[in-house]
This record gives sequence, C-alpha cells and structure tokens, in this order.
Amino acid sequence: MAGKIKMIMAKPGLDGHDRGAKLLARVCAEAGMEVVYTGLRQTPEMIVAAAEQEDADVVGLSSLSGVHNYFFPKVVELMKQKGLNDVLLVGGGIIPEEDYDFLKKSGMNAIFGPGTPTTEIVDFIRTNVRKR
Amino acid sequence: MSVEYAAQILEGSHRAAARLISWLEDEDERAYECMRQLYPHTGRAYVIGITGSPGAGKSTLTNGLARVIRQSGLRVGIVAVDPSSPFTGGALLGDRVRMNDLADDPDIFIRSMATRGFLGGMAKAAADVVKVLDALGKDVILIETVGVGQDEVDIVDVADTTCVVLVPGLGDAIQSMKAGIMEIADVFVINKADHAGADMLNAEVCARIEMDAHLRKREWSAPVNKTVAVESVGLDEMWLSIESHRKYLLESGKFYDNRRERTSREALRMIHGELFRVVREQLEQSGRLDAAVEKLMAKKLDPYTLMRDTVTEWLSSSQCKRRHDEDTQS
Ligand code: B12
Ligand SMILES: Nc1nc2c(ncn2[C@@H]2O[C@H](COP(=O)(O)OP(=O)(O)O)[C@@H](O)[C@H]2O)c(=O)[nH]1
Ligand SMILES: [Mg+2]
Repeated sequence: MAGKIKMIMAKPGLDGHDRGAKLLARVCAEAGMEVVYTGLRQTPEMIVAAAEQEDADVVGLSSLSGVHNYFFPKVVELMKQKGLNDVLLVGGGIIPEEDYDFLKKSGMNAIFGPGTPTTEIVDFIRTNVRKR
Repeated sequence: MSVEYAAQILEGSHRAAARLISWLEDEDERAYECMRQLYPHTGRAYVIGITGSPGAGKSTLTNGLARVIRQSGLRVGIVAVDPSSPFTGGALLGDRVRMNDLADDPDIFIRSMATRGFLGGMAKAAADVVKVLDALGKDVILIETVGVGQDEVDIVDVADTTCVVLVPGLGDAIQSMKAGIMEIADVFVINKADHAGADMLNAEVCARIEMDAHLRKREWSAPVNKTVAVESVGLDEMWLSIESHRKYLLESGKFYDNRRERTSREALRMIHGELFRVVREQLEQSGRLDAAVEKLMAKKLDPYTLMRDTVTEWLSSSQCKRRHDEDTQS
C-alpha cells in the first residue's frame, strides 16, 4: 500500500521555455510518479500553494531565463514558512554551474543542467524523497 | 496524530486536509480514524460534477465557474481527476494548468487526483475527498472527471448537480447522444461556442431533450447553456442553471432522496469492500485459495460450489463470530 511519489513540476519566470519542464513531467510520470504540471509563469506563492494542496513529496522547478537565483530561494523560503520542510526540492534548466553552490546553500536539494540523463534525475528523486 | 488532523481540518487547515487526502488515496489505515471524526461535519457542501470528453474544456470551465462562485463569497473546493497510465502506474495531472488564476485565493483548494486503475471516470477516493473538503469548510465542491466517453457515469454517485460538457465538431453528435452520459445531465453545457457548429449542436441537444420528454415524463428538464470558457462567456448563466437545479432538488424533496440513496449505496459499497478484503486475506494467507484453484483447474470443484461453501463456512466460522462478539462488546 506504499503511496506513489507525488510531484509538482513548475516553471517560474515570465518566459515560455517549457520543453524541459514538460519533458521531465512525462519522464517522471512514466517512472510511476503522479506529476502535477502547473504550467508557465508560476509565482513562488502559486507553486507553494500547489505543493501544499497536492501534498507534494517533490517540487521541481525549471528555469531557462536566468531567474533561478531569485525564484528558487524564494520558493524555499515560502515552503519553510508553511512548514513544508520535508519536501524534496529539485531544479533544472539553464543554470551556470557557479550558481549551484548558492542554490544548494539556500535549500535546494539538487540542480540538474542540460544534458543530464533523465534516469539520473529519477534515481535521485527515488533515493531522496521522504517516506510517507 | 490523525486525531489532530481532524481538528485542524475543521479549523480550515489546507495542509492537514492535503495529507488526509493522500492517506485516503493510499488506503492508509490512519485515514479512517480521522474520517470517523469528520463524518458528522460533512453533508453541508453542494457538490457539482463537470464531465465530458477529453479536451472539451472541463478544466477551463471549472476554473471560470469557480471564479463566478467566489464572487458570491462562497468557498470552493476542486477535485480534478486525470487517468493513471495502466502500464506504469504513473500519471500526468494537467488540470491545474487551466486553473492558474485561482492559485493564490486562500479560499480555494484544488486537488489533482489520478484514477489509479479505477474505472468510471473517477478516482476511487473521490467521494471521501469530497467529505474532507466539505469538513474543511468549502461551500461548493467542483469535481472534474477524467475525459469520458459513454458509460463512465460514476460522477452521479457523488454530485448533486451533474454538468455534461459537449463541444461542436466531435464527430456525429447524435451518435454520442445515445450514450449513458447524456442520461446523467442535469445541466448541459455546449462549450467552445466560438467554434463552427455550436448552433447546430445546440439544436440537436434541444431536440433530443424534447424527444426524451415524450418518452419519459421528467420533473426536471436539463437546461442547455452555451459557453466560451476561454473568454468567460456564459459562465454566469451556467451557474444560474446549476442554482435552479439545486432549487428544484430542494423544493421537490429530491435532494434528500438522492443523498439518502447515495448514502445507502456508499455504505453497502464500503461493507462490500471490507468484507471482501478480510475474506480474501484469510483465503490467501491460509493457502486455501491456492488449494481451491488447483481443484478448479482439475475440474474437481466448481466455482459455484466454492462460492457458496466459502460464504457459509465464513459466516459460521469462529473467526467471524469472534469479530462479531468483539464488535458488540465495544
Ligand atoms: C528551444 C529554445 C527556445 C524555444 C522554446 C520552446 C519551448 N516551448 O520551450 C523558443 C524558440 C520559443 C525560444 C525563445 C526564446 N529563447 Co530560447 N532557447 C531554446 C534552446 C535552444 C533550447 C531549450 C530546450 O528546450 N532544451 C531542451 C530541454 C529538454 O532541455 P532543458 O530545458 O535544458 O532541460 C534539461 C535540463 O536542463 C534539466 N531540467 C530542465 N528543467 C528541469 C526541471 C527539473 C525539476 C529538473 C530536475 C531538471 C530540469 O533536465 C532536462 C533534461 O536534461 C535554449 C538553448 C539551450 N541550448 O538550452 C535557448 C535559450 C534558453 N533561449 C534563450 C533566449 C534568450 C530566448 C529568447 C529570449 C530569444 C529571443 N531573444 O527572442 C526567446 C524567449 C521567448 C519567450 N517568450 O520565452 C536563452 C536564455 C539565456 C539566458 N538564460 O539568459 C538560451 C539559453 C539560448 C542562449 N544561449 O542564449 N527558445
Ligand atoms: N476555442 C475555445 N477553446 C477552448 C474553450 N474552452 C477550452 N478551450 C481550449 O480547449 C483545450 C482543452 O481545455 P481543457 O479545459 O484542458 O479541457 P479538458 O480536457 O476537458 O479539461 C485548451 O486548449 C483550452 O484552452 C472555448 O470555449 N473555446
Ligand atoms: Mg482537464
């Protein structure tokens, strides 16, 4: 009766680069997860409300427009404010490697850049997700 | 801990409600104590079903309708069901994409659910999730079914008013109108009225309703609304239709009758499920199922006899009696 992994896949920022987010949503669904795709132009408030209502185990953030250093820590902060502390936070997209450290220090659990084999992402989620 | 959740839900905690819903989806034991506590606080919310074929605009309509309902100050819960993959067990739940303008309203709670192999256009736990949202204080609960074809009509077991969404240009309309889904409509919605063929579809649906009225006398004749969900056109009228159906239900006494019928069906369904679970567990764990199947395969036993013997034996077994005694003592 083990529950399924529930994931939110969200794309903060005002740009329309949604291929990576959509791809990842499909990959994770095919790996047996239940993935809520929220679509483009998500504010951190919207993402965190969705994570709360859906009781998400994982929140995925995709950013290709350079807004990650603002949006990702903001999501982390709001998650903490709501007490959603055991939710796995993963990000990806066009993110310079020199930003990885900063993002992880601010509370992201992992960042995956272009060319990451999707199996690696799925494995990371499976290994690190909370147990219900 | 689950007891705390019940109290928190009654105080309006979205987070506690969300967790309880997960337990219900997983059929986790912890859910049931909580549900026992919540049950007396349910039955207050009005439940509206939105059903129709994939891509008809159900999510967009649900979003628009929720906005209209919020204008009157009522709190809204939304349950949006999408199919699980029969191959991987996973699901891509995309209904929230159309509901983004509701996302930062704290009086709206949206939950996406996967069918997890449950047929009938719904998720197995949907009726329980409605109870949770009801106890959470939502006044109106909207349920979007998966995209349905003909006979996925389980929504009527949950909804007070069922809206069937049709769209022009989906092949032979009359053909699709033979289907069970036409029978369950309390309100018809012709969405994508900006597309060619909407007027023709409208005429066909009205003709069909008129024909049905000749065949069988009905107290309620489903109104037909035209909408353009993407432009929020026709949504006020749709809400008025729903409200007049609600008024009809209340004034005719049907509201109580329907809910009583539903309560009875639900009770039987739950007893059925639990009995089956207990008997199956016992048959499997004792190895008796395997032994019986061997005999069935060898044609030394037939399943009709097996069925009767199993039930007779179960009812007179010490285990069954013991359970009964425990129950009457407590
Ligand atoms: C395709 C593309 C477009 C398409 C977008 C189509 C769409 N619907 O997505 C179009 C043509 C529309 C487009 C437009 C623009 N683009 Co463009 N685009 C690209 C391009 C070439 C590929 C992106 C892509 O789809 N990759 C394929 C996907 C599958 O890969 P991915 O998203 O990186 O995802 C992988 C990983 O990053 C990771 N991942 C991604 N998300 C997530 C999330 C999670 C949770 C996890 C775990 C992992 C993960 O996993 C994936 C698999 O490995 C990139 C360049 C590049 N090489 O990346 C530029 C790029 C992103 N675009 C860029 C720009 C500037 C633009 C425009 C502003 C150009 C312009 N001046 O008009 C416009 C903006 C339009 C708009 N309104 O948003 C820049 C962004 C620069 C920046 N960061 O500052 C880039 C980097 C090109 C460049 N080198 O300048 N673009
Ligand atoms: N032209 C038009 N498109 C619509 C209308 N309502 C919804 N759509 C579009 O139809 C597609 C499917 O809508 P969605 O709400 O997801 O349908 P669902 O699968 O029934 O939930 C989306 O691209 C919507 O933007 C409408 O009234 N007119
Ligand atoms: Mg939908």
